[in-house]
Amino acid sequence: MNIIDLKNVSKEYGGVTVLDNINLYIRKNEFLTLLGPSGCGKTTTLRIIGGFEEPSSGQVIFDGKDITKLPAYKRQINTVFQKYALFPHMNISENIAFGLKIKKMSKEKIDKKVKEMLRLVNLEGFENRSIESLSGGQQQRIAIARALVNEPEVLLLDEPLGALDLKLRKEMQTELKNMQQRLGITFIYVTHDQEEALTMSDTIAVMDKGKIQQIGTPVDIYNEPKNAFVAKFIGESNIIDAVMKEDFLVEFGERVFECVDKGFERCEEVDVVIRPEDIEIVKAEDGKWEGVVESVTFKGVHYEMIVKSKGFDWMIHSTIMKPEGTHIGMNVTPENIHVMRKVKNL
Amino acid sequence: MKLKRAAYPYIVWMMVFILMPLLLIVYFAFTSGDSQSFLDFTFSLNNFKRFFTPTYLKVLTRSVNLALLSTIISLIVGYPLAYIISKEKSKRQNIMILMLVIPMWMNFLLRTYAWLTLLGRNGFINNILAKIGVSPLNLMYNNKAILLGMVYNFLPFMVLPIYSVLTKIEKNLIEAAEDLGANSITIFRKVIFPLSLPGVITGITMVFIPAVSTFVISDLLGGGKYSLIGNVIEQQFRVTGDWHFGSALSIVLMIFILITMAFTSKIDKEKEGGGGGLW
Repeated sequence: MNIIDLKNVSKEYGGVTVLDNINLYIRKNEFLTLLGPSGCGKTTTLRIIGGFEEPSSGQVIFDGKDITKLPAYKRQINTVFQKYALFPHMNISENIAFGLKIKKMSKEKIDKKVKEMLRLVNLEGFENRSIESLSGGQQQRIAIARALVNEPEVLLLDEPLGALDLKLRKEMQTELKNMQQRLGITFIYVTHDQEEALTMSDTIAVMDKGKIQQIGTPVDIYNEPKNAFVAKFIGESNIIDAVMKEDFLVEFGERVFECVDKGFERCEEVDVVIRPEDIEIVKAEDGKWEGVVESVTFKGVHYEMIVKSKGFDWMIHSTIMKPEGTHIGMNVTPENIHVMRKVKNL
Repeated sequence: MKLKRAAYPYIVWMMVFILMPLLLIVYFAFTSGDSQSFLDFTFSLNNFKRFFTPTYLKVLTRSVNLALLSTIISLIVGYPLAYIISKEKSKRQNIMILMLVIPMWMNFLLRTYAWLTLLGRNGFINNILAKIGVSPLNLMYNNKAILLGMVYNFLPFMVLPIYSVLTKIEKNLIEAAEDLGANSITIFRKVIFPLSLPGVITGITMVFIPAVSTFVISDLLGGGKYSLIGNVIEQQFRVTGDWHFGSALSIVLMIFILITMAFTSKIDKEKEGGGGGLW
């Protein structure tokens, strides 16, 4: 069942279109991530769901009811803000209790719930500490506790881990995902970090220029990017101009390759996307095409090599290292060649 | 910490123009004798004894009452004004703040004199009243006129610090409160007002201190009838020539102000809210 439906939602600011006819449904208990570069409209989408922004046109449906005009304070949705937005003049338990006090809950009940929440976010005994005494990661947990204590149906998270260092971010990713599964709350998560999105989400909506470019599971989005933007944004990619000869045959780099795509016009110009890890390095004479290694960078798990071939720089990720200047052959299997229609404005 | 060379001129300045006069005032306050021969003074507490007599205590009480009242009125008028300005678009904010500040570019005396021509027996207001057949009112030379003069002159000192704190309150705190179910009244009560307290405290100090020690406003608008502690101090130096008593009064006033400042800054610390005051 859909808990939130965005229907033809558009948003303009002084003549500039920020959101262009967004249609998006979010299922109950789903972890949905809005992913995109800054300025793609992902935060605006979140703010429209939260009620901080009214769409210029379109509808927001929550549990079957139109809430487009409902102010934020009347929505059963809570938000974890980008910079936590904890109240500096209140201590931790006052911060967490803020929403409950407004609901006129009894003091004993509030105290009990605050305690429970602090246990949930692993900060037991922090009730009377001040906000300033907390580290960024701890403040983040309090912000999450403050939102979750209200038992919202939907939790909105606006780049909540952006300010944390890498290690803490990884920890919090797992924690957030666990929390979401345990509590059974719908999470709508905004980030520009593709790795974060791939790790945590059930569904990813990739956005660019105020439009949703692709919606799908992380695996789908990574393996079957719909267009060159998605391919480029999610992971690293080789994107090369190609011509579709006929169904299942595509030509690039002056060579014809078998592929698994069909339904294009004869000789239609297309983009071909090949992930760097999908290119296999072989002996020069065994490869479908060949080139010369231009540079090698050690990346930890693998080497990143740039290989020049007929004026195109191929990026290859491989555990096998070939030194600069080596003449190598390259192979790719047909299912790893992703053929995409050209997008005009990219 | 070692003092930088660049700090020396300031230290000299402070010694000559702040510390020395202060010490002189203390010296004068605790001595008595002929004001002309500087070295003949003898130690005495008479100046302070003289202050603790009903006449002068009454003057101090009146000064404090009037200053408190004008501070409260400035707060009641100034807070909503600061709030309204802070809600405007930034271009309009600047214009409104400019309008608030422009009168302060004019000389303080001149500004206060201007009220004479408005409130006086043959002043602007009474002229208009006369035209519609109302007999002239006594608008001048009473406590209300002094109060008006104080509020008029010191209102910007209340509005500016409150406005500056209000504009610094992060918008996402207000959104967070809204997100947690607070309507606009609750948001103001529980978030905006507590966070603006440092500005309120600064405003109160900045209005109360000049109001409690003013002598110009009470002189001009009170007509000398309603003398405040500031007037008494002025008289000691300019009319009576009793520098000793004048100095003692100054010290009493200074201590009084220090106490109120310590008191307000204590409230400020207890209600810690991100800072942003002027001191």
